[in-house]
Order: sequence, then structure tokens, then C-alpha cells
Amino acid sequence: MIESHATTQDIHGHPALQHHFENMEQQREAGTIGMWVFLVTEIMFFGGMFLAYALYRNFFPAAFASASNHLDITLGAVNTGVLIVSSFTMALAVYFTQVGNRRPQILCLVLTLILGLTFLGIKAVEYHEKYTDRLIPGHLIPGASFGPEAHALHLLPGATLPQVEMFYWIYFAMTGMHALHMIIGAGLLTFLIVYSIKGRFDPEYHSPVEIIGLYWHFVDIVWIFLFPLLYLLGRHFEHG
Amino acid sequence: MSEHIVPVKIYFAIFLALLAGTALTVIAAFVDFPWRLNTIVALTIASIKATLVVLYFMHVRYSPRLVWVIVASALFWMGILFAFTFSDYFTRNWFSSGY
Repeated sequence: MIESHATTQDIHGHPALQHHFENMEQQREAGTIGMWVFLVTEIMFFGGMFLAYALYRNFFPAAFASASNHLDITLGAVNTGVLIVSSFTMALAVYFTQVGNRRPQILCLVLTLILGLTFLGIKAVEYHEKYTDRLIPGHLIPGASFGPEAHALHLLPGATLPQVEMFYWIYFAMTGMHALHMIIGAGLLTFLIVYSIKGRFDPEYHSPVEIIGLYWHFVDIVWIFLFPLLYLLGRHFEHG
Repeated sequence: MSEHIVPVKIYFAIFLALLAGTALTVIAAFVDFPWRLNTIVALTIASIKATLVVLYFMHVRYSPRLVWVIVASALFWMGILFAFTFSDYFTRNWFSSGY
């Protein structure tokens, strides 16, 4: 085994090249394409939830606008900004790996991780607010089943409480799944940082950075759609 | 390696465009447009932002054709998911007597 591995190295020159690939470029392209196929399944997965959102919003427009108006638009917008900056630093991390500049590469990965954790922290503040206003749907939280505090909800004409509760089921399902993806992303970034410090990536071999970057940008895109759909949909009724 | 390296300048331009898009979508949300234009404006801005991320941050613009096909397939199947479901739900009350 060790001998054959050494032979592969002699022929192709890079220790990260797996024996079933012709060369580093083919290996890198195969990895990228594999990641994109996975992302298609992710798009379909989130697509189902976006579909549920579209249908129920069409059924209960007044309730969705009322419930959406309670969400904190400042926190939502700040979090959108945080994610966009994190996507930028992730893109830079890929760039610095490609050109083989290790110090800024590690710095960008660490920044991306910090921004990702900032997003999750702000999300946690928002979730806690929903908890104190008793907006968590159903009986998920013992002793705090759904029953919005009077100040927490201004029902627009035509909206009912069960419909508002439906909005919050969808809100927690979508933002919760998104947050889970962020947590997984944070784990992947930690892995990248450790291996970058070990010096495992170079201009020839950096598929993990590139691929996890694709994943990170995808999670950013999901939020780019979630933010206007969840936070902004009813604002114009307040001023209309 | 024939890998295309996207220059930092482009990344920065996309980054600024994404921030501008976010500001724009917040401002537009407080304007009361007629009909369903609020939703259409919001989704248009979000789609443009997503396209910028896919093409530049995710390098699809510089990727092999196979990647383009895979991305297109995702949009295609999403289209089926939405179109067929909507064609069911939104035609149910075409017959007022019920079924």
C-alpha cells in the first residue's frame, strides 16, 4: 500500500491526489460537481418549505402580514448584512488559498466563522423574544404554548390567531433549518481552519475550501430569500 | 492548473452590490406599491442577489458546462414543484359547486 501510494506521488506529484483520478484538475472538478449535485438536493429541500410558505401566505395574507410585522426588522437586516460580509470573507478565503497566501487565508476563514456565530447569536436573541412573547407555535415549550401577549401582535382585519400560529410554524421551520445549516457550516469552517493551520491546502489542492465555500454561499442565498419573505412582507400595510 | 481565479476587485464589487440590494429591499418594503408589486419587487431583488452570488462567489460563471446543467436542473425541478402544486391549489374554486 505504502509503496503504491509513493509511486502515485512520483508520477503525479501531489500527495493529496487520490489514486482513482488522473490529475489534480480532474479531482478538483469532480469534487465541485459532486458538491453542486448535493446543493441541488438542498435547493429542493428548502424549495418544499418555500412552497408551503407561498401557499399559506396566499391562503392567509392578512395573518401573515400581521405576524411578519412583529419580527424585528433591524435584527433581520443586520443579520442579512452579517451573512453577506461572511460570504465575502469566504470568497476571499478561497481566493487566498488559490494564490497560496496562507496567513490571510486563515484570517478570512476565522472571520467567516466569527460572522457565522454572530448570525446565530442574533438569531438566538430573536428566538428568545418570540419565547417571552409566547409566539412559539403549538405546545413545543412546556408551560408556554402559543398565546401571543397583547402587545406582541397587532392583528390586521381578516386575520385570526390560528392563522398567525401557522405563520410561526413556517417561520420556525424555515429559520430553524437555516440555523441548523449555519451550525453545520460553523463546524465545517472549524475543520478548514485547523487544516489550514496545518498547511494542508495549496494552489494545487484546495477542494475542501472551495466546496465548503459553495455550501456557505448556498446557505447565504437561502437567507437572501428568507429575509424579505419573512420580515418584510407586511411592512407596507403599516404606512399604506 | 487551468483554474480561473476570480480577482478580489470583482468579489468586492459583488459584495457592495449585495449590500446595496439589501438596503434597497428594506426601503422598497416600506413603500406601498399597488397590487402585488411589493412581493414582486422583493423577489426580483432577492433573485438578482442570488444570481450574483451563484455566478461570482460560487464561480459558476467560470465553471464547466456540466455545472451550468446541474444548476439549471435545480431551477427546472423547482419550477415543476411550484407550477404543478399551484395549478392544483389555485384552480380548486373554479367550480363553485364543489367537487
